[in-house]
Order: sequence, then structure tokens, then C-alpha cells
Amino acid sequence: MGAVYILWKRELIRYFRSRARLVGSLGQPLLFLVALGFGLGPVFQRAGQGNYFQFLGPGVICMGILFTGVFAGIQVIWDRQFGFLKETLVAPVSRFEIMLGKTLGGATVAFIQGLFVLVLAVIVGFRIESFILLPIALLAMFLIALFFTALGISIASTLEDMQGFQLIMNFVVQPTFFLSGALFPLSGVVSFLSLIAAFDPLSYGVDAVRGSLTGVSHFGLGTDLLVLIAISLIVLAIGSYLFSRVEA
Amino acid sequence: MDNIIRAQNLIKIFGTLTAVDKVTFSVRKGEIFAFLGPNGAGKTTTIKMLTTLLRPTSGAIELSGVDAVSHPEKARKTFGIVFQDPSLDDELTAMENMEFHAVLYSIPGNEVNSRIEKLLSFVELWDRRNELVKTFSGGMKRRLEIARGLLHNPEILFLDEPTSGLDPQTRNKIWEYVKNLNKQTRITVFFTTHYMEEAQSVAQRIAIMDHGKIIETGTAEGLMEQTKTKSLEEAFLKFTGTALRDEEASGVDRLRNHARRWTR
Ligand SMILES: Nc1ncnc2c1ncn2[C@@H]1O[C@H](COP(=O)(O)OP(=O)(O)OP(=O)(O)O)[C@@H](O)[C@H]1O
Ligand SMILES: [Mg+2]
Repeated sequence: MGAVYILWKRELIRYFRSRARLVGSLGQPLLFLVALGFGLGPVFQRAGQGNYFQFLGPGVICMGILFTGVFAGIQVIWDRQFGFLKETLVAPVSRFEIMLGKTLGGATVAFIQGLFVLVLAVIVGFRIESFILLPIALLAMFLIALFFTALGISIASTLEDMQGFQLIMNFVVQPTFFLSGALFPLSGVVSFLSLIAAFDPLSYGVDAVRGSLTGVSHFGLGTDLLVLIAISLIVLAIGSYLFSRVEA
Repeated sequence: MDNIIRAQNLIKIFGTLTAVDKVTFSVRKGEIFAFLGPNGAGKTTTIKMLTTLLRPTSGAIELSGVDAVSHPEKARKTFGIVFQDPSLDDELTAMENMEFHAVLYSIPGNEVNSRIEKLLSFVELWDRRNELVKTFSGGMKRRLEIARGLLHNPEILFLDEPTSGLDPQTRNKIWEYVKNLNKQTRITVFFTTHYMEEAQSVAQRIAIMDHGKIIETGTAEGLMEQTKTKSLEEAFLKFTGTALRDEEASGVDRLRNHARRWTR
């Protein structure tokens, strides 16, 4: 288990060491909160949907986790390109331990990023309505982080180089975010959109965080958590398999 | 069980290219063994198979009595390696890179610091242990990789062109150290290089490889005698030169040979 720990620690060291990246990655969430939150707030209110800022907050928190998680997972490609992956692959530890350490490390980083966005949202005006359910929100945030980091590693394991990176950002990460119900309520949208959202893992993450922080939930907290746990386990299994086949 | 490395009929095929073609050899315990060959001969591919990074297309590998193909994790404990390409984490310090390695190889906690200090002092990086690796020069990175490869006291040390891009002072120092280490601890060393004088002065036995095949194995003196040449470089060129190669080389290979001769 020492290997899992040291790989986890490496991700954290690297994350906190690159302060520029850390601060920079808070720019986008802040932009979404301010521009969309304040910009669309009045329209949302007039449509009788309540406070948009309260609605949007959890969506933007999950956005931060999604991007950081996938990015952390994808870094396996960098490790391969800059050669460090060989050092881990040639060590007397199992591929599963390496995959697990990297995933937990990336997930922790993405989770911390989510916490930063949560604090940022609160500073800008987001209100946590139920502190009793805060632990549930944190659990959901961690599960989202776990899922998307493992997904990033799975994808990275099948790619040779950075060529496919833009493709993933545009065709996996962006749609996952925009179609998840992070920005709009799923009740009342055209049926094909709600169908797509039902197959979007992030929908359940956003719903769980929103449900526990503001009390408004579409699928129900129980369903959200069950789905998150199930898909996290599945993608961890897939990721372990794909990573075990990586050659340096 | 005198042979610590055994390779039997190793083959590695990438798509249509046979990078390593029925390679068989063994290295005795305590020996310093050199693998020489032109660019693209298959040296790195062979080392990657020996060190479990690549699965052979077919063939058998034994390291210190362990079947490296079926028991890679166990085999990995037996060797240390310095790769041809960089393999450090640039965003970590020299110390952190060493500590990372120590944990991966389960080195007992009470020994870690003294071993790291000893090795980093030897490669003259102890004073810079807390600096980020990305601020190091190529030579410093190389020295750090060598120190790291030795941290877990391996029985076998693989060095894939450890001295490429280094100044003569550093190269001498590295080989001096490797020879001393070999004398003191009987560590087996398997290395590749394009510097013939290094192979001649360091290696006890040499294998010459080209187009994925081992052409000849012997001592530097033996190889020179066999080709009636006065230096290992001349012997090497005799073995890997046109005379021996063109008979079986394909058109593409021939083209490559011409290109290679032009760039020499
Ligand atoms: N992953 C790979 N996929 C496809 N071909 C490869 C791969 N790795 C190596 N090769 C090919 O296999 C052949 C042998 O390469 P290798 O790196 O083993 O040569 P080498 O003897 O180490 O050469 P050098 O002295 O330049 O390091 C080359 O033709 C190379 O292009
Ligand atoms: Mg090579």
C-alpha cells in the first residue's frame, strides 16, 4: 500500500506546487458564476424558477471537479511522454496499485478544487441551505472526482500521445458538462434533452450536490448516490484493465 | 545457475517490423556486458523486454532465476535501470524523486535516508537535493537517474546509453564508479553505448547487434582478432558494415544504411 500512498502524494505535491494553475483554474468557475449567475438571474426569476444563483452554484462546483478530474487522469499521457511512467511501470508493484494511487491522488486534487469553488461561490453570494446535508454534498463531490479521474486515466491509457486531447475536451468533457443539468433545470426541458441528461453521469453528481446544498433535487438523493457509486466502481474496473495493458 | 540473465529466442514484432529477431544470450553473475549496435538495431527494445516494460512477441527471459515473462513483479526486484530517455519527475526535487523510488521498492524506512545521502553525495548532487529536477542540466539529471537506479541495491544494473550527451569528465567518473561497484558488490552490469572506447575499457564481454539480430559475441580482443582490426571501432564497422549486411537487407534497410553512412 506504500505505492498507492506515494503516488497519491505525488499528485498532491504537484498540484499545490503549481500555484499558477491552481489560481488559473478558478477563473473559469468564477466567470460562470458571475456572468451566468448574475446575468441570467433576473430572467430565471421572472420565469418563476426561483433564485438562479442558488441553482447554478452546485453546477459550477461540479464543473470544477469534472475538468480537474479528467485533466488529472489524462496526465498519464504526459507521464508517458516525459518518461516518468517508465519509472513506475518498472517498479515491483502491481499495475492496480499504480492505477489506484493515481486515481485517488487525482480525485483528491479534483475534490479540493471543488471545495475551492464552493468557497468561491459562497463568497460571491451562494447560500448553503442545509448544513446537516453538507457531508452528503462532500461525499457526492468526492465520487464525481473519483469517477472523472478514473475516466481520464481510462481514456489516457488508450491514447498514444496528446493528439487526442482536444478531441476529448470537445467531445467528452464539454458535452458532459453542458448536457448535465448543471446550467438548466431538467424538469420541463424537451424530452430528448432530459433523456440525454439521464445518461450523463454528471447529472447525478450535480443533482446530489444541489439536492444536499439547496434542497432541490430532480432524481432524488438516494438514486444520485447509488448511481454515482455504481458508475465509479465500473469505471475503476475498466480503468484498471486498460491501464494494465499500457506499455511504456 | 551461473547465468544471471538468460534470453532465449527473444522476438519482438511491431506491426510489420521485426525489431528483435531470435535473440539468445546469457550474462554471468558479476559480469559487465555491453550491447553494441547502430541506431535502430534493437538494443533498447531488448532491454525493455528484459526489464518487463515490453512483452516479448515470443521467447523466454530469466533474471536471477526468475521467469520475467510470467512473474514480472518478482523479476523487477532484481534489477535497477537507467533508461535511454529521461524518466525523472521534473516537478519534484531530486530528494523527492529518490524518496518516491524508495517507497516503490519498499526500502526499509530506517535505511532510506542514509542510502540516499550516500548515493547523492557520490553523484555530487547532495547539495542540490532540494532543488526541482527541471532546473538541472542534462548531466545532472543523468547522474540522478544512476543514483536512483542503485537505491534498492539491485543485483543487475541495466544502463541504456547512460553517458550519451555527457562531458568526458562525467563519463569517466560514471564508468569509474560502475567498475568499482562491480568489483565491490559483484553487481552485474548490462549496458549499451555508442562510444566504442567505453565498451572496450569497461565491458568484459560484448555483443554486437544489428537489424534485431546478435551478430557476434566476445571480448573486445576476440572481436578485433576475428576481424583483424586494431580497434573495437573498426571491428564494429566490419561487423555492421555493408559487407555483412546487404546480403539479407531489404530495400528499405539498404536505404537506411546509406542514410546512416552519410550521417556518420
Ligand atoms: N514502440 C514501437 N513501435 C514501433 N516500432 C518501434 C517501437 N519501438 C522501437 N521501434 C523500432 O524498433 C527498432 C529498434 O529500435 P530500438 O529503440 O530498440 O533501437 P536501438 O538499438 O535502441 O537504437 P538507438 O541506438 O538509436 O537507441 C527501430 O526500427 C524502431 O523504430
Ligand atoms: Mg536505444
